[in-house]
Amino acid sequence: MTDLNKINSIFVEKLKTIKSKDELQHLKTEFFGKNGEITNQFKKLSSLKDEEKKNFASSLNKLKNDFTNLINKKFSEFESQEINKKLKDEKIDISLPIRPFSQGKIHPVSQVIDEISSIFSEIGFSVAEGPDVESEYNNFTALNTPENHPARDLHDTFYLEENKKLLLRTHTSPVQIRTMLNGNPPFKIIVPGRTYRSDSDQTHTPMFHQLEGLHIDKNITMGHLKGCLNYFVNEFFEIKNIRMRFRPSHFPFTEPSAEVDIRYKIKDGKIVIGEGDKWLEILGCGMVHPNVLNNVKIDSKKFQGFAFGMGIDRLAMLKYGINDLRSFFDSDYRWLNHFGFDPLDVPTNYRGLSR
Amino acid sequence: MIITLSWLKNHLNTQVSLNKIIEGLTNIGLEVENVKENQNNLNDFKIAKILNVEKHPNADKLKLCDVHLGEGKKVKVVCGATNARKNLLTIYAPPGSVIPKTKMKLKIVKIRGIESHGMLCSESELNISNESEGIIELKNKENMVGKNFFKSGGEKVIDIAVTPNRPDCLGVRGIARDLASSGLGSLKNQPSIKFKEKFRQSIKVSIKKEKDQGCSAFGSVYIKNVKNKESPEWLKKKIVSLGLKPISAIVDATNYVMFDQNRPLHAYDADKINKEIIVRNSKKGESFEALDNKKYTLQNGMCVITDKSGVLGLGGIIGGVRSGTELSTKNILLESAYFHPDSVRKTAKKLNINTDAKFRFERGIDPNSIEPGLKLATSMILDICGGEVSKISITGNKKNNNKSIILKSDTFGKIIGTSISSNEIKKILSSLGFKVKFSKKVYKVEVPSWRPDINQEIDLVEELIRIKGFDKIKIIAPEKTRNQDTLNYKQKLFHLSQRAIASKGYLETVTWSFTDAKVDQLFNQGSEEIDILNPISSDLNVLRRSIFSNICLHLKRNQDRGYEDLGLFEIGPIFFGKQPGQQLTVAGGVKTGLIGRKSWIDKPRKLDVFDIKSDVIRTLFELNLKESDLIISKDAKNHYHPGRSGSVCLKSDNKKTLAYFGEIHPAIITTLDFKEKNAFGFEIFLDNIPESKNKIRNNKAKYKVSDYQKSERDFAFVIDKNYSANEIEILVKNVNPDIIQSVKTFDVFEGQNLPEGKKSLAVNVILQSVSKTLSESDLEQISNKIIETVKEKTGATIRS
Repeated sequence: MTDLNKINSIFVEKLKTIKSKDELQHLKTEFFGKNGEITNQFKKLSSLKDEEKKNFASSLNKLKNDFTNLINKKFSEFESQEINKKLKDEKIDISLPIRPFSQGKIHPVSQVIDEISSIFSEIGFSVAEGPDVESEYNNFTALNTPENHPARDLHDTFYLEENKKLLLRTHTSPVQIRTMLNGNPPFKIIVPGRTYRSDSDQTHTPMFHQLEGLHIDKNITMGHLKGCLNYFVNEFFEIKNIRMRFRPSHFPFTEPSAEVDIRYKIKDGKIVIGEGDKWLEILGCGMVHPNVLNNVKIDSKKFQGFAFGMGIDRLAMLKYGINDLRSFFDSDYRWLNHFGFDPLDVPTNYRGLSR
Repeated sequence: MIITLSWLKNHLNTQVSLNKIIEGLTNIGLEVENVKENQNNLNDFKIAKILNVEKHPNADKLKLCDVHLGEGKKVKVVCGATNARKNLLTIYAPPGSVIPKTKMKLKIVKIRGIESHGMLCSESELNISNESEGIIELKNKENMVGKNFFKSGGEKVIDIAVTPNRPDCLGVRGIARDLASSGLGSLKNQPSIKFKEKFRQSIKVSIKKEKDQGCSAFGSVYIKNVKNKESPEWLKKKIVSLGLKPISAIVDATNYVMFDQNRPLHAYDADKINKEIIVRNSKKGESFEALDNKKYTLQNGMCVITDKSGVLGLGGIIGGVRSGTELSTKNILLESAYFHPDSVRKTAKKLNINTDAKFRFERGIDPNSIEPGLKLATSMILDICGGEVSKISITGNKKNNNKSIILKSDTFGKIIGTSISSNEIKKILSSLGFKVKFSKKVYKVEVPSWRPDINQEIDLVEELIRIKGFDKIKIIAPEKTRNQDTLNYKQKLFHLSQRAIASKGYLETVTWSFTDAKVDQLFNQGSEEIDILNPISSDLNVLRRSIFSNICLHLKRNQDRGYEDLGLFEIGPIFFGKQPGQQLTVAGGVKTGLIGRKSWIDKPRKLDVFDIKSDVIRTLFELNLKESDLIISKDAKNHYHPGRSGSVCLKSDNKKTLAYFGEIHPAIITTLDFKEKNAFGFEIFLDNIPESKNKIRNNKAKYKVSDYQKSERDFAFVIDKNYSANEIEILVKNVNPDIIQSVKTFDVFEGQNLPEGKKSLAVNVILQSVSKTLSESDLEQISNKIIETVKEKTGATIRS
């Protein structure tokens, strides 16, 4: 027994001095190798008698297990020391930039068209479209603006032909005509699209975007018109109870006609929508003129309804604080990147129109 | 239309404040554009001193003046006046001010390369006199430098944007009537005018009976022995408040009547009329000098006032110099006529003339105002200039019957959605001058002659709600129901492709639908350009036939700003003809430059055709096309690099072209002078993407997967260079489509040890059966068949 105790204390002493995996390996050989202390003790077993043999074997096995555990434990210690040392060396500057990538963006006009479509979708409007080149008839005459009507002066028109029969549409209203000629009431559409007027200065561009709305059914009144636009304006600006004003105006294709103003103020150089003491004109609207309905062969005694039109670019400017209309069409990388929207940022009614 | 409160009060008894009037005007559809101390911004014009004068470096006749504006303020002004000199005191107009004579708004402009901040004015430019030679020279005003030149007029002027349907509100009385109707006062009765008519109007007037005669009535009065003179102060003030220049009592009186009653008049010097007046259509080539000092040559069929010697004036538009009144005029003929709106408008448009009279006649003058207008002007002239007056003579229509309209009692409620009482209807309409009779449940409404815009029932509804107030319309909240899809298939594609392309690193842009013909031509060799008749500028003169024209122009501009690695895309119309509907919706994108320029981690590499191909194919996948739907070939359009471009077509549907992609033709890049010449683009033709009859969920095959082991084999062929990778892939796949799950090219090279004209092409083949695990011998068999087939069809050898 004392031999084993001695071996144990020698082992424990030696283990304390071990400084590397190699030394540990040596120690292991020293005790477990061919002529190792433990191996030699096992060799003794055969010379012992039964009872003694059993006791000795039991003690020796225990010692062997203890040594193995201690060696393994020490080994793990060296392992983790080694890893820790390695990790210490493997430090990098995590502040270095990520791999370059290019971030695409959606143009504010597209984003706002999607927002508007989402809002009107909720109250049952669908999106209609028409061509950019229009006949003079669809753009003016059918809309109760016959030739030599002074209202035509307000539209600086681009023409494609000397006889002025073909032009670039000056508003999205001709799509009203196309829609009504090609279908039967009821009609409930919005029409976002490109429009053109030969006008170019600080606040006008030769191309801009309009949104047309049309709702024709058997009993659609001006009360519905007010309700519809009131709903739209509050939803679009994502502000509750925007103060609005309907003001009489004149458009040849609607009667009665109105212009709609909303309240605003300038605070710290930025426009604040919905409050304040100034009025801002944002759209024109009215009840579709019976002459227009008659022009598209709809019985104006049976059917009636409203139409409206607004500038999409202008709405985008107001909502997103963009000052310069011209910049919309400049394709300046810096501007597109600044005012553009992430492609995943799809306006929806459940996640909200804008983030 | 410009009015002042005091003028308004000539017609309106009211105690309400100016602010209430302004608010009231807007509420009844007479939108107040602005209210100013003095209509022409006359406060803008400052007394200034020229400190120094230099010669303009680029123009002999121009000078650069340093102008002192008081309190240390100085500006540089380019001036052409010969009398501009050092130490001169004169009048300065800043940028933003409106020059009274020309109505031009000044801007900061470069004149021959030098910026001019405003201008120095002549007397004629400020409507002070006709002196246009040189700038104003002021004396003894040294201590006034920086001060206003014009004394404040005191009274505020209200500028109203009168809509084209309301000619009656182009006169102060019409506005007063509307205000009275809305409850802001009461309309005064017009004083009755009486004067002694001492003789018959002696100049014969006739309206020639001919087709499209633009004049239906011509009223006139002869006043003799007048003493024309400057107008009295009160009249001058009124004329100035309108932004006009007082001329003489006779002219000022006619202008006064025009603005007061919306009744344009014209005064002739009777002694200059040759015998008689004939109103007729002009003949081509006739000409006359008008009061704007321009000579007009007329076409056939313009309504002219003539005498025995020729044209005196254009009816309802402008008078002529030959018969104009002067301070020395002794005898005058006053004209008050009715000219048809269409006729006036056509003529004025053709000759490009805009006058206050034309503006009114083309909107419709009260045909019954001929006599009252003549009487008012005559009495004013008699008061100021004396003289004797003839009887009023009217040739043509003497009296017009008023229109009558039936208004049903329920129409208002049906249109507006809010009710109105019978009393309210009667009150509003009669206060606006309508005569209303109620019988058998309908209102019979007689329309006053000054309201040409009222023609049908709906017009009366508008009048009623306009005066009652739009704020009285009760809001009906919209129903949240949807009976129809919001977007159709094409619109969904449009929206989806926007976001698909943007997610591949492109910035969306929106550019004009028109472009520069020279650039457009680069992308459309052969086809005919689509000209705009009146382009906004010569470099935006055609409708674009390619989505690339503007994108490339803008890319170049961005490159010039220093952004060279950039992708732009636009989805919008391109045109192939000038008829409505001859347009396509195209998604186009262009990328230029390097990938990973200045990266610490990877080596930068040039963008290449497979980057752009990947963008196109992935986008098409996102638009719900499958690889098996597509044929990719090398036939792209001429504006691409012929060897580094391709097209994507549909397998079905007549092989419609879905897209082109590739390197932009180097010649185009050179012509456009791109800084970064490595440029690739794609065009996707959204109209050609077929709509699936079923929803994706219904089109999906049944879900089944094989539980058996899959195997992979690689084959490297040495093959003729002309075979495309795709051809070989298809060939291999067809060897056993059931077991060969996929074929993918993973290595291609030429040269090295390969024979001339050959390339090495290696494909990876994945094999899997649905019924068993493939044995070595199964695999061996298929492999051999693959090698044999490719060999047989292409002459390829397997590379050992």
